[in-house]
Amino acid sequence: METLITILIGVLVTVAVYLLLSRSLIRVILGSAILSHAVHLLLMTMGGLKKGGVPLIGEDNSTFTDALPQALILTAIVISFAVTAFLLVLAYRTYKETGQDNLDALRGFEDE
Amino acid sequence: MFLSIAIFIPFLIAIFIPFIYKRVPNRNIGWFVLVVPVLLFLFLASHIPTVAEGKTTIHTFRWIESAGIHFTTYLDGLSLIFGLLISGVGSLVILYSIYYLSEREALGRFYVYLLLFMGAMLGVVFSDNMMVLYVFWELTSISSFLLIAFWYHRKKSRYGAQKSMLITVTGGIGMLAGFVMLQSLTGTFSVRETIQVIDQYTGEGLFIAAMSLVLLGAFTKSAQFPFHIWLPDAMEAPTPVSAYLHSATMVKAGIYLVARFTPIFGGEKIWFYAICCVGIFTLFLGSFNAVRQTDLKALLAYSTISQLGLIMSLIGLGSAATAQGMSTQSAIFVQATFAALFHLVNHSTFKGALFMVVGILDHELGTRDVRRLGGLMAFMPVTFTIALIGSFSMAGLPPFNGFLSKEMFFEAMLSLRGLDLFSLGAWGAIFPVIAWVASIFTFVYSMIIVFQTFFGEHHPERIERPAHEAKPGMLIAPSVLATFIIGIFFFPNLIGDYLLRPAVKGLYPTLSNVESMIPAITVWHGFNTALWMTIGVIILGVVLYWRLHSWKGIYTAAPMRLNLDTMYNGLLLKTEEGASSITRFYMTGYLRDYVVYIFTFFILIVGGVFFTNGSFSIDLSNDAPIAANEYIIIFVMMGASIAIIFAKSRKTAIILNGVLGYAIAILFVVFRAPDLALTQIVVETVTTALFLLCFYFLPEWKMEKLPKPTKLVNGLIAVSAGVIVTVIALAAQGNKLFESVSVYFENAYDLAGGKNIVNTILGDFRAFDTMLEVVVLFIAGIGVFTLIKLKAGKEERDVEDQ
Repeated sequence: METLITILIGVLVTVAVYLLLSRSLIRVILGSAILSHAVHLLLMTMGGLKKGGVPLIGEDNSTFTDALPQALILTAIVISFAVTAFLLVLAYRTYKETGQDNLDALRGFEDE
Repeated sequence: MFLSIAIFIPFLIAIFIPFIYKRVPNRNIGWFVLVVPVLLFLFLASHIPTVAEGKTTIHTFRWIESAGIHFTTYLDGLSLIFGLLISGVGSLVILYSIYYLSEREALGRFYVYLLLFMGAMLGVVFSDNMMVLYVFWELTSISSFLLIAFWYHRKKSRYGAQKSMLITVTGGIGMLAGFVMLQSLTGTFSVRETIQVIDQYTGEGLFIAAMSLVLLGAFTKSAQFPFHIWLPDAMEAPTPVSAYLHSATMVKAGIYLVARFTPIFGGEKIWFYAICCVGIFTLFLGSFNAVRQTDLKALLAYSTISQLGLIMSLIGLGSAATAQGMSTQSAIFVQATFAALFHLVNHSTFKGALFMVVGILDHELGTRDVRRLGGLMAFMPVTFTIALIGSFSMAGLPPFNGFLSKEMFFEAMLSLRGLDLFSLGAWGAIFPVIAWVASIFTFVYSMIIVFQTFFGEHHPERIERPAHEAKPGMLIAPSVLATFIIGIFFFPNLIGDYLLRPAVKGLYPTLSNVESMIPAITVWHGFNTALWMTIGVIILGVVLYWRLHSWKGIYTAAPMRLNLDTMYNGLLLKTEEGASSITRFYMTGYLRDYVVYIFTFFILIVGGVFFTNGSFSIDLSNDAPIAANEYIIIFVMMGASIAIIFAKSRKTAIILNGVLGYAIAILFVVFRAPDLALTQIVVETVTTALFLLCFYFLPEWKMEKLPKPTKLVNGLIAVSAGVIVTVIALAAQGNKLFESVSVYFENAYDLAGGKNIVNTILGDFRAFDTMLEVVVLFIAGIGVFTLIKLKAGKEERDVEDQ
């Protein structure tokens, strides 16, 4: 399971990096969203998968799966949501101000 | 104890100045500030009798034990003489500035800087610990920068401030490196402790390096060749500042440093030659260049450079005493040091007075250009008298103190002839010749100050305001200095016995009985060579001054064009151009380029280290089994993610992204993480909605028409990044270095009273983390709101850009 998930992470990272390298603002934002998916899975995998019960005390479990990565991922999901939302609005505003969503055209200063 | 506190008094008062200035927003604030240096002067003067008896005071505040940095103050003759100069001249300068500066100026700021400088300077001379000394040393550079740029709206002020800062701080950094080297040799930062143990280390290679670096610090600060170029530009500061920092005190910090480190480095050939040669050359260069100046302040600046060179060369000569020990020759060197300190005091008196005179001229007449001045004697009799006393003292004429120390300087230089020292040989004869020639030029420019300003024809149309005497208040401070100039001539042994002898003793802590080598200062010592030299200076000087117009042409001759200022400016320009061209090379402004840098770096460093270390080992034995439905989820995810790259429309892409998000939620369920699954579903839904909302406003995405090579590079970087992440993640799973700490959290019910372990971690064990996460969300929310709502007006361009 871990090996297969790790390969999936690799594929996600590849796609994310490819999108980050593109010119269109939306593609870049999409790339960053996919990259955070990959990182969440990576954190999960590092703690070991399916190595015990649900981390809830009082259920009939003797062992629990590692709870710490889960807490970290929970934080990370919320933060990456905030970042994606902010980037999207930034793209919206940029387009409204400049009429462009092509990053190459957005380069430099007005008076250069 | 009291001394340590005394250093901090100027800093403490400086804190309160802005508040007081709000209450007293006029020149009267100067009277309040004046109390500080006067009290400090009286406090230091009260130590004169005890120090004259040969007692020294040391006090240590233990500070950073592990680094050997302590706040140690050390009072001996040498530091006392500087302390008295700093507080004494400081008092007079502040008194003078009360009348000099207009009420429209930012007086609060001015006095804050001045007090900052005073405290820093006292710190330099009284600190025994090199690190503390260094901090105060740089603080004097900073306060000097602030004071030179006091009229910051002037371009020249900013230029001068930057120049002095760059040069002195460069030297300061060098000096810091020198101190660290010394410490690594001896194991202590204390100057006094270093003196005691340094004999064992003089053979080490680091010793010479440390010496050169300390000298660099001293030479830059004291404006010695080739670092003297900052001093003339520093004259953009208000005149009280020039009188105080750039003639009487700060530029003498370098001399103090050399004097203080003489017991450590003195007796070395390089030390002796470097200081003597640089000093005597600076003396000549300064006096030679001073003659050509038409701005009186610039003239005084070059004259200061020259006089600093004089003192420096004497200290250099004096350093030989450390090597010689108690011998007949030592008397020569000790007397040279004595002369150096004597001239140091005299220079502060006459140069301070002259600066103040030039300030008065500038203030009352609106110009300080000698070509526009003339015949002012009748209008400004008091100013004229002070200028006459100061200039004649500088020229080395009796009955003024400059005569005494100038004679001693000639004698010291003459004694270099035929001296069997550091294989000097016949070269020793050059020193008195250069000294004599330089003194002739000194005589000439001293005459320029007096005669071209106060004699000759008066041209009222060339000056901006009608000639009149300055207000009495402004004349007090220079008059006091003028009194000292004459007083010291008639009673030289008063300061000789009480200040200079203890100072010489403090300079040579390793030699006993140095005081017996110093004869009393006598005004008349017969027709010896030194006196004939002075007479020669006067005769030739008069002739040269008379014929000034006929030989001034040499200043415009070709070799004079090649000067250090153009080199400095060129270097500065080249540095800026070089730096910006490097920056322009990689800061292209394309986001793609930056992302390429980041990932290439990641691939090369992380991947490179990983493969060169041979950390590649995979252990799959611990893998959990996979059920059939899980295979389906994972392969769907892989397919969906790859399809995003090839998606024709953005709607397809966003739906595929949704597939990824929801599939991850399902995986979270599989991985026994119900909280994550719930959160992921909510967040994914909102994110998709947000994307779609934005699409309403954004244009449809076009297929990217990238050139083939770019596509290939992008693909290569993407695949490499993916592969490296996969490989490292696989290797990391096989090699668990530590046991998981998560067992601790499984005790959640007892520790935090919650049954959901993940929730207790978030809400209890790592509650701060969660709180800050909320802050991040809040900030992002504000950002989103602002970007949507705020109407950015088309702002006017900055004035400076136009």
